Amino acid sequence: MPSYAPWDAEAARAIIVGKQAQPGALMPILQALQDEFGSIHREAEPLIADILNLSRAEVHGVVTFYHDFRHQPAGRHVLKLCRAESCQARGSDALAARAAARLGITFGDTTADGSVTLEPVYCLGLCSVSPAAMLDGKVVARLDNAKLDALLAEADR
Amino acid sequence: MNGLRIYVPGDAAAVAVGADDVAAAIKAAAARSGTPVDIVRNGSRGLHWLEPMVEVATGQGRIAYGPVAVSDAAAVFKALAANGAKHPLRLGKPEDISYLKNQTRLTFARCGIVDPHSLDDYCAHGGYKGLARALTMQTVAVVEEVTQSGLRGRGGAGFPTGIKWKTVADTAAEQKYIVCNADEGDSGTFADRMIMEGDPFVLIEGMTIAGIAVGATQGYVYIRSEYPHAIAVLNEAIAAARKRGMLGKSVGGSPHAFNLEVRVGAGAYVCGEETALLDSLEGKRGMVRAKPPLPAHRGLFGKPTVINNVLSLATIPIILEKGGAFYKDFGMGKSRGTMPIQLAGNIKYPGLYETAFGVTLGELVEDIGGGTATGRPVRAVQVGGPLGAYFPCALFDVPFDYEAFAQADGLIGHGGIVAFDDTVDMAKQARFAMEFCAIESCGKCTPCRVGSTRGVEVIDRIIADRDRAANTALLEDLCNTMKFGSLCALGGFTPYPVMSALTHFPEDFGAPPRLAAAE
Repeated sequence: MPSYAPWDAEAARAIIVGKQAQPGALMPILQALQDEFGSIHREAEPLIADILNLSRAEVHGVVTFYHDFRHQPAGRHVLKLCRAESCQARGSDALAARAAARLGITFGDTTADGSVTLEPVYCLGLCSVSPAAMLDGKVVARLDNAKLDALLAEADR
Repeated sequence: MNGLRIYVPGDAAAVAVGADDVAAAIKAAAARSGTPVDIVRNGSRGLHWLEPMVEVATGQGRIAYGPVAVSDAAAVFKALAANGAKHPLRLGKPEDISYLKNQTRLTFARCGIVDPHSLDDYCAHGGYKGLARALTMQTVAVVEEVTQSGLRGRGGAGFPTGIKWKTVADTAAEQKYIVCNADEGDSGTFADRMIMEGDPFVLIEGMTIAGIAVGATQGYVYIRSEYPHAIAVLNEAIAAARKRGMLGKSVGGSPHAFNLEVRVGAGAYVCGEETALLDSLEGKRGMVRAKPPLPAHRGLFGKPTVINNVLSLATIPIILEKGGAFYKDFGMGKSRGTMPIQLAGNIKYPGLYETAFGVTLGELVEDIGGGTATGRPVRAVQVGGPLGAYFPCALFDVPFDYEAFAQADGLIGHGGIVAFDDTVDMAKQARFAMEFCAIESCGKCTPCRVGSTRGVEVIDRIIADRDRAANTALLEDLCNTMKFGSLCALGGFTPYPVMSALTHFPEDFGAPPRLAAAE
């Protein structure tokens, strides 16, 4: 289970300044901030804009363009189920419905107790062992109901 | 280390089916028996139905066992330790398994064999011979060798790599870049991931040769964030190459400088499109750029840039080592060399199959792939990712070749083949293609941004049997607008899966079947 530091503007500034010199620094900066704090805090965007001499709109535009960046922290666990064609051919739609029903949420949402965020992913490159999933960075494939239930149980902890 | 040398793949596909646990169980079994072992986390051989496939080095070569579950580990270890002895999971020498034996492995020659964490092992298996030869040549001759090989962009577009390089080489600039497109987002493809995890130095060598050939001193590998294993292995390999002087101010002691850095994507499929990728690398939204200017003239940060797919760059070392003529000797027509084809979806023998162009779709799916994993008849195969066409069995005689696929209203793309059995609903697949385009559209051009959403709605009406004939005509019209009016392949090629589903499987859209006899 990943653990994140609480938002700290000074620590964030240090991260931004530490990376600002590299060409095309914005993406690595956003990734580093999310790795540290678990999300892109609302105070992060003006801070980045100020240091990189960009407009707030430009920074906000980038944060909202990419699926990976979040404004709200995810649940304690993130379960990504592949919804792309190869996994569809091996029955991923039924697994997705099962996961959503068991968790009582739809894709993109977090359970009320904050334990799990369920997300779609469009390909993990594990198409030869479809269906595939990723729980907090751990890859699991040849998924069936039993393996999925085990993942859900692990995520519930 | 002088222990028993055991190979347990560290490839993400193997890990996803338990390879890490198997490696730990074998290590524990070895410790219990007091046998010193040296466990190598190699790449995958690409026989993915046999993963986790464990190998042991013996006097007679390597002996494989698979698929090994944790519960098998103790017994398999006994067999491994007894010089590759009998066990129900014993597969014999991997290179004698017909799936592997019948391949022509040029790009993937070392994948699954070498230790991806060892530069020495790479060199011991012929690594850096291509660079060594390139360093003895004029840079113009290096570019010419690539042109002569007939290598075409393996990312999907199939543009001749040598011509791209020549354009950059001929464009004067103080700074040029080599960018490797490792944003392998197509479902059904995993060859880029496999090579980065299984033989990362071959990519580094290919990019280094590219840099020297066109006069670029900085390279970037843009890897999608969904590939954490590949990111880790490649970063480690870059650090090792830098430490050994194979990257840096003086590559291999030559007067050429070349530096390399990994940049990670953030979950946007469209960043696999080369100009969107460049914008993303620059720290912007991954928006597609209008061409011209070509990236070769004005690419990353406005500088001349070679942007090639992982497989294209990973094929450069063998072309330089053995010559363009050697590579060109394989293949058919204008599709020269070999293609690492990826068999996925509902298929009995999924994995990586590198072979010369010209093999037919039917041979790949039925003979090599063994038909479906579920044992039901194959109904459709999608070739070339989410933007590729669905083919019915009636078109299984189409040879794997850029032009032949284009002629059949499809594309080979990045070489992924996803098989579906007869339970597939092709209207649902067509709808998904539009839905995916809507989710991933960068939003720059209208046909893609709006057309994809309207496409989902039109297909929903067809499925619901609302004014079917008129809506089918509307869908065809919309597909034509997207195909000819979109800025890039996302909007431009989404019509391929949609139209192929509609054309070849009309019965799923409520129309009479196209070939009554085929049913």
